[in-house]
Amino acid sequence: MIFDAEVFQITVLSLQISALATGLSLFIGLPFGTLLALGKFPLRSFLLSMVNTGMGLPPVVVGLFVAMMLWRSGPLGDLKLIYTPTAIIIAQVIISFPVVTGLTAAALQALDPRLRLQLYGLGASRGQMIWMLWREARLPLLAALMAGFGSVISEVGASMMVGGNIRYQTRVLTTAIVLETGKGHFDIAIALGILLLIITFLVNWALTWIQQRGARQ
Amino acid sequence: MSKQKRFTTEATESTEKNKEENSVASVRSVVENSTIPLVEIRDLLVRRGEHPALELEYLSIEKGEVLAIVGPNGAGKSTLLLTLARLLKSEKGEIIFKGQKAANDSDTTYRRRIALVLQDPLLFDTSVFENVASGLKFRGIGKDEIKRRVELWLERLGVAHLSKRRAGQLSGGEAQRVSLARALVLEPELLLLDEPFSALDPPTRARILDDLKRLLAEIQTTTVFVTHDLPEAKKMAERIAVIIGNCLRQAGKPDEVFSYPADNEVSAFFSEPLY
Repeated sequence: MIFDAEVFQITVLSLQISALATGLSLFIGLPFGTLLALGKFPLRSFLLSMVNTGMGLPPVVVGLFVAMMLWRSGPLGDLKLIYTPTAIIIAQVIISFPVVTGLTAAALQALDPRLRLQLYGLGASRGQMIWMLWREARLPLLAALMAGFGSVISEVGASMMVGGNIRYQTRVLTTAIVLETGKGHFDIAIALGILLLIITFLVNWALTWIQQRGARQ
Repeated sequence: MSKQKRFTTEATESTEKNKEENSVASVRSVVENSTIPLVEIRDLLVRRGEHPALELEYLSIEKGEVLAIVGPNGAGKSTLLLTLARLLKSEKGEIIFKGQKAANDSDTTYRRRIALVLQDPLLFDTSVFENVASGLKFRGIGKDEIKRRVELWLERLGVAHLSKRRAGQLSGGEAQRVSLARALVLEPELLLLDEPFSALDPPTRARILDDLKRLLAEIQTTTVFVTHDLPEAKKMAERIAVIIGNCLRQAGKPDEVFSYPADNEVSAFFSEPLY
């Protein structure tokens, strides 16, 4: 199956799922991480601890939780999402969202706290102030994005459990590698592994280039 | 006698005068009258944590004047400045801006009438031009106007040649000049300076002070200048307010304040060798 249409389909599906999951994690994690970094509310410290714990969530535990939720007899069974790419995306968002949130909060907390006073003192609205802080922390925020992408493109346990590794439907690079290894097709598994590494490298290379261009400036 | 009672004659008289005014409404009716101070602070109490950080019965800031706030470290000088910028909330009291309660405006609306320069330049990680343009962009001003005003103020502060340079590549003096340009380009009604030159070496500091004094005299921007350096205050300000122990102790013209300290603590502060 090396370098044929099926490999192409698996690769594209892997990229689509991981990109969407990373994008959603960023969409939720960036504002939530900002709230945790800048906000003052009673449960802030507790939530930050939860997020930091979530950064090390075992993907199989996430897979188990999402599978139970989406199982036909589960609370969200009527949605019929189990063994679909959407189920994988849900699981991957749960895995990468704490990573993006935690690193966003850490990046913003590392900025000089007087920067907020300075921005307000120049007439920035709250939204403008936050935008400027994101801009100031763009290098670590890009690192957060890379870490979020890395956590989902390499993930296998949850994808297997909620996606089912169904050919042409939910099979992604990591689950395909597991399958081929199980069948003893080490050559195919190695080829897919190299492909996964190349894709991961190319995406991170692009993000690193953007990050370091910012650093050089 | 409590600390609050130990104000200067000027401060006490001003308070009495204001008590005689009928209401804020009557003040509003004469807003345009040039005798109305730009800012009046009344019965202010600001807490930082559980302890009072500033108690101030009355202080006025006249339009066009440079008012220096002096006092030892931790006295409450910066608290006053941050409260004036509405970056700290007061527990009680009010700020009257051009005859109207400042609280009537939203924080952002109010802050767009002022500009703040802190002890460190805190420049943004971008070019000098973009730094100076930032406040104008917050206000939604057009590109052509931004370009005109930024170039003008970079020129006035003597840093036009640094326009394209990254903020991180500037020396301390250059960065503080850019920080001043970033505030002055906004043409604020009230300029707030919080010990902006304390981290600079003496020659650089002296040059910037000279330039700033000349510029402020030229543009007549009302300025509140926090410092613990008395010669600096005397050089820059038309009036001096002394804050010690989180209370305003004295306010007046520099010669009056230095010649006739309101109490022993003010006198001791003036004679402190560090200052």
